[in-house]
Parts: sequence; structure tokens; C-alpha cells
Amino acid sequence: MTEQQGPEPQPAGVSRRRLFGWVGAGTAGVLAAGATGGMIGRTTAVETASSSGPGPDDAVEFTGAHQAGIVTPAQDRLHFVAFDVTTDDRDELVEVLKNWTAAARRMTAGRDAGPVGAVEGERFAPPDDTGEAIGLPPSGLTLTIGFGPTLFRTAEGVDRFGLDARRPAPLTDLPAFAGDQLDPAISGGDICIQACANDPQVAVHAVRNLVRLGAGVVSVRWSQLGFGRTSSTSTGQDTPRNLFGFKDGTNNLKAENETALDRFVWVTDDDSGADWLSGGSYLVTRRIRMLIEPWDTSTLDEQHRTIGRTKGTGAPLGQREEFDPVDFRKQVDGEFAIPETSHVFLANPTNSGTAILRRGYSFVDGSDGLGRLDAGLFFIAYQRDPETGFVQVQRNLRLDAMNEYIRHTSSAVFACPPGIRDDADWWGRALFDG
Amino acid sequence: MFLRDRRLALLPALALAVLTAACGGSDDGGNGGSTAAADTIPVAATDDFCEVEASELEAGTHEFEVTNGGSKITEFYVYAEGDRVMAEVENIAPGLSRPLLVELPAGEYETACKPGMIGDGIRNPLTVTGESAQLSEDESLAQAAEDYQRYVQSQTAALTEQTTAFVEAVKAGDIEGAKALFPVARTYWERIEPVAEIFGDLDPRIDGREGDQAEGEDFTGYHRIEKALWETGDVSDMGPYADQLQADVAEIVALANETTLDPLQLANGAKALLDEVATGKITGEEDRYSHTDLWDFAANLEGSQAAVQALRPYLEEADPELVTEIDERFAETEAELGQYRAGDGWMLHDQLSEEQLKGLSDSITALTESVSQVAAVVADR
Repeated sequence: MTEQQGPEPQPAGVSRRRLFGWVGAGTAGVLAAGATGGMIGRTTAVETASSSGPGPDDAVEFTGAHQAGIVTPAQDRLHFVAFDVTTDDRDELVEVLKNWTAAARRMTAGRDAGPVGAVEGERFAPPDDTGEAIGLPPSGLTLTIGFGPTLFRTAEGVDRFGLDARRPAPLTDLPAFAGDQLDPAISGGDICIQACANDPQVAVHAVRNLVRLGAGVVSVRWSQLGFGRTSSTSTGQDTPRNLFGFKDGTNNLKAENETALDRFVWVTDDDSGADWLSGGSYLVTRRIRMLIEPWDTSTLDEQHRTIGRTKGTGAPLGQREEFDPVDFRKQVDGEFAIPETSHVFLANPTNSGTAILRRGYSFVDGSDGLGRLDAGLFFIAYQRDPETGFVQVQRNLRLDAMNEYIRHTSSAVFACPPGIRDDADWWGRALFDG
Repeated sequence: MFLRDRRLALLPALALAVLTAACGGSDDGGNGGSTAAADTIPVAATDDFCEVEASELEAGTHEFEVTNGGSKITEFYVYAEGDRVMAEVENIAPGLSRPLLVELPAGEYETACKPGMIGDGIRNPLTVTGESAQLSEDESLAQAAEDYQRYVQSQTAALTEQTTAFVEAVKAGDIEGAKALFPVARTYWERIEPVAEIFGDLDPRIDGREGDQAEGEDFTGYHRIEKALWETGDVSDMGPYADQLQADVAEIVALANETTLDPLQLANGAKALLDEVATGKITGEEDRYSHTDLWDFAANLEGSQAAVQALRPYLEEADPELVTEIDERFAETEAELGQYRAGDGWMLHDQLSEEQLKGLSDSITALTESVSQVAAVVADR
């Protein structure tokens, strides 16, 4: 029953057992300053004498060609929030976006959310910062904003802010996938903010203060905390493990591979909506519940064959080391070392015909009513176009053996504008002013 | 439905052995060996009694003739220790007789009639004297595969009959009749999921749930009809789905009857059935319109137990402590589930409280931990 020829070629016309030229090609060992964010001075006195780049306490530059928090080396903690815009008044929304930008500028530099500060204000006025980050370093905080399809036109078809004509064609709801069990209450959203930091309190502080600034104009639709990055986005980072216990993101797009980023992550001048989105990227989030208990009672062999890598080293099956090439032609005892229904086989760029930048986090939201861990992976991916990015990858995962152990419970897509240029720039300026 | 075992079909190392020997086509669930039966033992089954005209037999091949004089559909089993199914005949309608051919080595057995098809049944002891064959490890594993094959064939025969009855009720517009048959037909399906589901697209077509389909794929099978029966009460446009279901079931039955799982697949299948319970039935996802999930729960449990018990002679030699633990935990889970029996069936999923569901979940979690050890013991030989 084994197909010696492998499955049919994918729609993209890529042979499933032929490697793209660029996959696994050597990556530049130099951090691209514009892409990863240079380091700026911190407000705390702590200086890490590290010659190998930023320390976990350092600040990440807020301005740049691209928003920080995409190819920035993935921090350890996440607080992600999606908002509904509750006003129909465009000016009110713009005001919030400007206020948010100013607060984000300060907080990513390790300062208070407001200009006065948590403890410097008037005695009978509430402080303009909530205070829980006092004394904490910037901790690599990045704040990344995205605009959802419903900001441009509501589900009822209303163009509240005169933006419908500026909606880029790729910014539409994701199609339904086999096995989806999405909860609408934790899906979608008009605006999202991804807060990542190496200290969870710093990320929570940032989101908390931004939510407060948006009161009366936006309301929180859903939010997600994440601990433990599940992807490395830089060659300088070790590959972390997800809650299946496997290394995740070994073959992720990396900040150092600018050619691949330009091809697969950044919206270019020729793409739809480029007048405000060029240099930006599309963000797809999926809350993926892992069925922890069935997974934990599956055999090691089953786990290996489900993922397509070994649990110990993370080496592709049939190889020895983590970064050994994934060889889909390699056979062991007359069968393919990497099963054709394994996650690696189906998700690898060779077989999916595309690539995405993954930036997900593990989550444990306590337990469900049956005493089982409500845990999994909050999947985050950045791509130049969702249709040729996540959607193409996910369609190819139809027969993924891993589907047995996961449930997608939330879904959202957002267009993330390019980076903040200078001190006068603000989130969404090119969209609202253009 | 699940996908895991479909993949096994792609793997030469775990390739399915196709039985070329006898057994195929026999729908009496008997052993079908070449040995002719030495005798015919009448079994008078009613709703309250199970009279077997023998309690001691010589080792060898025997034929039971089971007559259902009751008002409920019944089943008849011959169990070895631990409820290992030696032979069974399913789906005996009131007024009918069915033969059951079985080869029994010396040992202590129990017979059971199951009026209404649920529960432990009405039991009688059966002692078989004479020579008892001592099987080698490899022989007992080979025997396990054959025993399970026999179990599958008895289930597929009943699956075909009950699905046909269900389909006919749907096409006749008999809503109440179809509703009553829905969980019964599914029982036979759910008992043998590990073998039924290795066949490509058939499983999603037969047992896919709404939302399992990719864009452009139609929602078909049992659950499509379930939705019409319980949601709208209108099955006037279900004819094509009913016909398709019957054709798909016939196809998968033909494939399943020719398929033998190897011992490792058997072990993994037993565990996978419990995962099905944990992820689909306890949550009420499986039968979301009819809420008859506990029928499926019981069937998965029975199927898992049948797969484990087929391996029992080997396991008793290789790891007797594990066998004891598994027996206890199957019994605990059955007791937990047994609280929710309602007449000849089960309470509906939405009639159970969160606390009751948690009790079921906890017992399945514990049982899964034990059953998940079986594969390693089998692989160790």
C-alpha cells in the first residue's frame, strides 16, 4: 500500500520529495539590524556585558522598517489581545491609536505607560501607569499591532470608518478546515496587539495599560497568555520544546535568512494594499488545544512517527542531529524513515510548497471541567499572504497524524502594518491618513 | 472518527496480513474450522433466562443452537477467563434461531445471553475437560489476531443488518424507528473502529462529524442523518445519504472481513478506542444531536476489551500483574458506566452532570494508563 512514488505533486507544482534550493541553505550569521531591531539604552542601571547580542533584560528598538515582534528573536512570554472597536467615530479611533503608539514607545523602552508615571502624579488623580512594572527592566518587550478584516467592514457589511476600499484582498476570514472546532467568542477581532517579553509581568503590564487607554473606544474581545516560546526565530536561539515534549520550529524561517523573509513574510510594493501595508505582514493566530492525556499514553514510537522527528535530539527520523537535513527519500528497512502522514512530512516547506514564520507560545489555561489540562500551543504565524502561507500549509495537514491529538479552538487573521518610522509616526497612520 | 490507524495502512512494517484461510463469509461468528461439530447444544434464550443444555463438554468443536424466545434482540457469547470472547453470535431477533460453532480446549468457560444486547448478560458456567493445548508465545499472538478477526466478523455481520434496517427506516420516513435504530447500528461500528478506520476516505464518509469536512466536501454518513432526525425531524431529503451510507458500510465490511490486525495493532487499537471515549464521547461531540454518546462509549469500551482479551493468553504469561490491573480497571469503568443505564439503553449525554462525566473521565483515564502498557509487552516478545 505504500506509494513508492510518494503522493501526487502539490498544487504549487512542487515535487513532494524534492528540496527547494533555499531550504536549509546556509543562513547569514550576521543579525540584520533593520529586521531584528537594534538595541537601545535601557532606563535601568543593569548592563549585561554580553558580546553576543542583546540580553533578555534589554530593550528592543520600537521604530524600524518592520514592526518589532515579528523577526525579533522570540521572547519567552506572550500576552496577546484582540479588540472589538465599539465606536463608529473614526477620529476617536485614531486618537486611541496615537495614544497607544506613544504608550508603546515608552513601555518598550522600559518606561511608564503615561508621561507622568505610576507614582509621580497628583494625589487625587489615578496614576497614568498601573505600576506593576516599576523596577523591572524593558525585558525585550515588543508590541505589535494588526488590523482584522472586520475593521474594514463588519460582519454585517458596514463600513464604519471609510476603510473598506483600502482593505487588501488577502485580508479575509480564513476558510474552514477539516476538524475545526472554533469558538467564535475567542476568534477574530477588529484590532490585535501582540505583547512579547522575557518577563510575563512586563507583557501583562503593557497590555493592561493599553486596554485602559482604549476604554470607551475598544473593548477586549479575547486574550491569551503564553509561556515558553515554541519557535526560534533566530539562528542564535536554541530550539525550544512544545508541550508535546518535542523541539518545535527547527526549520522555522529565521531572521538571518533575509531572502526567505522577503519572499514569504513581508508584503512588498507590488502586493495588494501596498500603499499602507508594504513592509508589513499578515498575522494568523490559532489556539490549538493539545489532547494531553491521549498523547501522554501513546508510545514513544507513535510519538516519533506522528511528529517525524525524534523526541530526544529533534533529529529528523533517519538522521542523527537536529539540524541534519530532512530527507524525505531516505528509507529504513524498506520504508520511508519519515512517514507520509507525519507532521514534519506534511508541514515542511518541501511538501507544503511554501513557508511561514512561526512565533507561537505554549499555554496552560488551567484545566477543563473534566480535570484534564486545558493546554496547547497558541500558534502565531507571519506571512506575506495568508492564502499562500498558513492556509496552504494547513490544507496540506489534512491527513496529519497529529490531528488525532489536537483541536483548533480559535482562529484570527490580521494585517500588521510596517514599522513605526520616527517620533511623529503612529500605528495605522498610513491607513487612516493615506 | 479518527485518523490514526489509516496511516498504519501505509506502512509495510505493520502491513496488514490478509487472511486467506477460512472464516471469511461466515456470519455465524463461529470458528469455522474444518472440524465438524460433535454435537448440537440447544440454548433457550428469553428476556430473563438463558438455558444452556450442557454445563460440561469434552474438548473439541461444538455447535450451540441459540433460540430467542424473548421479546428483545439477544446475543450469545462463550467467554474464557477475563471475558475473552471464544465465540459469539450477535443480533438474534425474537423468534429466530442461530447456530454458533466453537472450538474449545479444556478449561473453565462461561456462556452468556445478552437480551437487549447490553450488560454482563445472563451467565452460566461451562467446564471443558480433556486435552488442553499449550501454545508458544508466537502461537498465542497469532491466535490473538485470529480471535480478534473472528470478533470483527461477528460485528460486521450485525453492522450490516442493523445499518440496513436503519437505512430502510430512514427511507420509509419512519422517524421514531430510525431514531431507535441509530444507536444500535452504531454500537457495532464503534466496537470495531480500529479495523474499520484503516480504509482511507471511508471512515470520514461514514462517521464524519459536522465540521470535519474541508471546504467543498459534503457532510455525509450516520451523523448527517442523525442531524436530520433530531434537529428537523424531516428525513425526506435523506434518501441519497442513506443509500450512500449503506454502500459505504458494505464496502468497509468487505474490507474489514479480509483484514487481520497484527498484535501490535491490536494493542494500539485497544488504546485508541479508549482515546475515542475520552476525546469524543465524554465531551458529547460524537452524537451532538441525539446525545446517544453513552451507547458509543459502551461499544468503544467493549471493543477495547475484546482487543485486549484476544491478547490475554500471551499477556498472562508475559505480564500477569498487568492483566490483573487491566481487569480491575475495566471492571471499574464498567461499574461507573453502569450507573447510567436506562432500560435497554443508556441515559442521554445531556442528562449527566459535570460531576458524573468527570467520574467517567477519571475511570477512562486510569484504564487508558493501564491499556497503554500492553503494546510494549507485546513488542517485547
